[in-house]
Amino acid sequence: MNLPEPFRLLLFVLGTMAFVGANAAYLVWVERKGAARFQRRPGPTEVGPAGLLQPIADALKLMSKQLIVPPGVDSILFRLAPILVMMPAMMCLATIPFSEALAARNINVALVMVFAFSSINVMAIMLGGWASRNKYAIISAARIVSQNIAYEIPMMLVVITLVMMTGTMNLREIVDQQAGAIWHWNLFRLDENPLMPVTFVIFYICMLAETNRAPFDMAEAESELVAGAFTEYAGMGFGVYFMAEYANIVVGCALATLLFLGGWQSPIGVWSGIPWFLLKMYALVFSVIWVRWTFPRTQFYSLLNLSWKILIPVSLATLVLTAIMMKIL
Amino acid sequence: MILQKDIERLSAGSNETFVLNLGPQHPATHGVLRVKLTMDGEFITRAEPVPGYIHRMHEKMGENRTWAQFLPNTSRIDYLSAMAYTHAYVAAVERAAKIEVPARAEYIRVITSELNRVSSHLVWFGAFLLDLGGFTPLLYAFDDREKILDLLEGLTGSRLTYCYYRFGGVCNDIDAGFVEGARAFVTYMRPRLLMYRELVTDNVILRKRLIGIGFIDRDMCRRYGASGAVLRGAGVNYDVRRAEPYSVYPQFNFDIPVFPEGDCMARYLVRMEEIAQSLRIIEQALDGLPEGPFLAKGVPRMMKPPAGDYCFAVEAARGRFVVRVVSEGKDIPYRLRLRTPSFSNLSLFEEASRGMMLPDALALMGSLDLVIPDIDR
Repeated sequence: MNLPEPFRLLLFVLGTMAFVGANAAYLVWVERKGAARFQRRPGPTEVGPAGLLQPIADALKLMSKQLIVPPGVDSILFRLAPILVMMPAMMCLATIPFSEALAARNINVALVMVFAFSSINVMAIMLGGWASRNKYAIISAARIVSQNIAYEIPMMLVVITLVMMTGTMNLREIVDQQAGAIWHWNLFRLDENPLMPVTFVIFYICMLAETNRAPFDMAEAESELVAGAFTEYAGMGFGVYFMAEYANIVVGCALATLLFLGGWQSPIGVWSGIPWFLLKMYALVFSVIWVRWTFPRTQFYSLLNLSWKILIPVSLATLVLTAIMMKIL
Repeated sequence: MILQKDIERLSAGSNETFVLNLGPQHPATHGVLRVKLTMDGEFITRAEPVPGYIHRMHEKMGENRTWAQFLPNTSRIDYLSAMAYTHAYVAAVERAAKIEVPARAEYIRVITSELNRVSSHLVWFGAFLLDLGGFTPLLYAFDDREKILDLLEGLTGSRLTYCYYRFGGVCNDIDAGFVEGARAFVTYMRPRLLMYRELVTDNVILRKRLIGIGFIDRDMCRRYGASGAVLRGAGVNYDVRRAEPYSVYPQFNFDIPVFPEGDCMARYLVRMEEIAQSLRIIEQALDGLPEGPFLAKGVPRMMKPPAGDYCFAVEAARGRFVVRVVSEGKDIPYRLRLRTPSFSNLSLFEEASRGMMLPDALALMGSLDLVIPDIDR
């Protein structure tokens, strides 16, 4: 696009915010409708056709509610945490290219930036739990820190494996390398590295854990910790946490699409473009929702065991094997 | 500043414990049960149940009203297993007043009690999975339960707190529609149980969460007087329907599921198998349903059982429920004592949950199948 720089920047800031907002609102609707289908009930139907206005009604309700700051909380951190949790998701989206032309910023170290910012999200939930001065929230905050440390390591390891193959951290270049048909996607480049499906599975599991989705929703765990780190939040404070969860799912799924599923590249080699990117991304988002409504929650220690005893050794082995293969082949 | 104090306290060392109030309003206690947990990190060092938030003095109420007036109370003790509770009360009074119950009435009682047991186990199944973080099975189970509730609503007029049994029989006869509906339910429910096995029981996360978690051995059961699925999940073959046969249960073929492991999975499997066994009983009772009156003749409107001390035990959905009535030959009981299974099953929670992590302890609590009004009666 040939807009002058300040306008271009403004446009993309607004665009990212609108995209995050619309996604957060309508993924709630998709989740509720999807869950309803899994559970053989209609889901939201009353507000608008097929309940389509439900997210707006929910947002209005949340915004009209009083923001309760309980006595004794750390009032600065308590108010800051919801902002901190939303911000990194938006920042991450700014680096994600939707197509050849549509990206807020084409950054050479985009991958590093995404991971750097998605770690802030963890810190923000921890701060919120900590500042709430609620025992359930503190347990949840402690859980989320150890969970995210445990899952960031294997995630990083598989991403390093991938970067070793691509030789770049620029997301657009990574996608460009996957041009062609479906067998050029990183996930299916078995001739270069037969371990790619393993790395994708590890990436997907880690993404579920990083975004605190079931079966790894330790931070919220409503039947154990009431609402975990969000217990004391009311109104839009809670709403922002809720939106951030969906924004993070979008970021995670978009990243998985770019890294493994060829981004906007079409599976048949022609007509590549944004629709393919959105299709793949939302298919992944749907699978995340599907998992949530099918599986019960894991225990916290088996979650950590899974990471430290299985995922980290496997991803380390993948990394080493890939390195050896690249040296030999 | 408070936060500074918290940092100091939490960094003081892990030998320091804190108290976590689980309830009276907590999603996992399914009612107004409060458990005072002393925690060391996420490990429970002591769990002290504090019941009594919805105590309604049913026993005292029994001493203040006529024998028949207490009937509606019986369905409000364990609201999920109302039929069995009413059964115990009417049978105790029948024993006291020496009333012969017609065979048809006994069959109807068995059919409705077993239907009620299935619906109670379905609620437990859904709620237990909800405790474990799986939301979907709850709605599947409630969908099945709805069919039972519709059947019993057509028969008794209420959906939950049935007051259907009377001294000497039941309050109205079942019709062909009910028999057909019950048969249809049995054939509908069997494949559903298979589906639950595939969807839930064989789920790897569920198995990980239940196998080897929350051991309760037979010694602990004996010391606390646990009964029902908790006892049968600890390897003790005890079911009141077999041990102290009542009504027409001796005429039916059914197995008592017993699992010796004593963990949450054993209790889970006992209840799931009990649903299948209840379906068997219902089927046999529908096949052998005799003709005849559904209410004994000559039962006085105002009961005055002869003086004495009478007891009657039934196998309710949660375990052994005993009604003890002491009569002085008057129109109101002298004493009415209710022995409820949930109370005994809850008492072992403190010992069984020691040293467990919070999510496991909640799985244990869910596997006890507590109904809070049954504890606070």
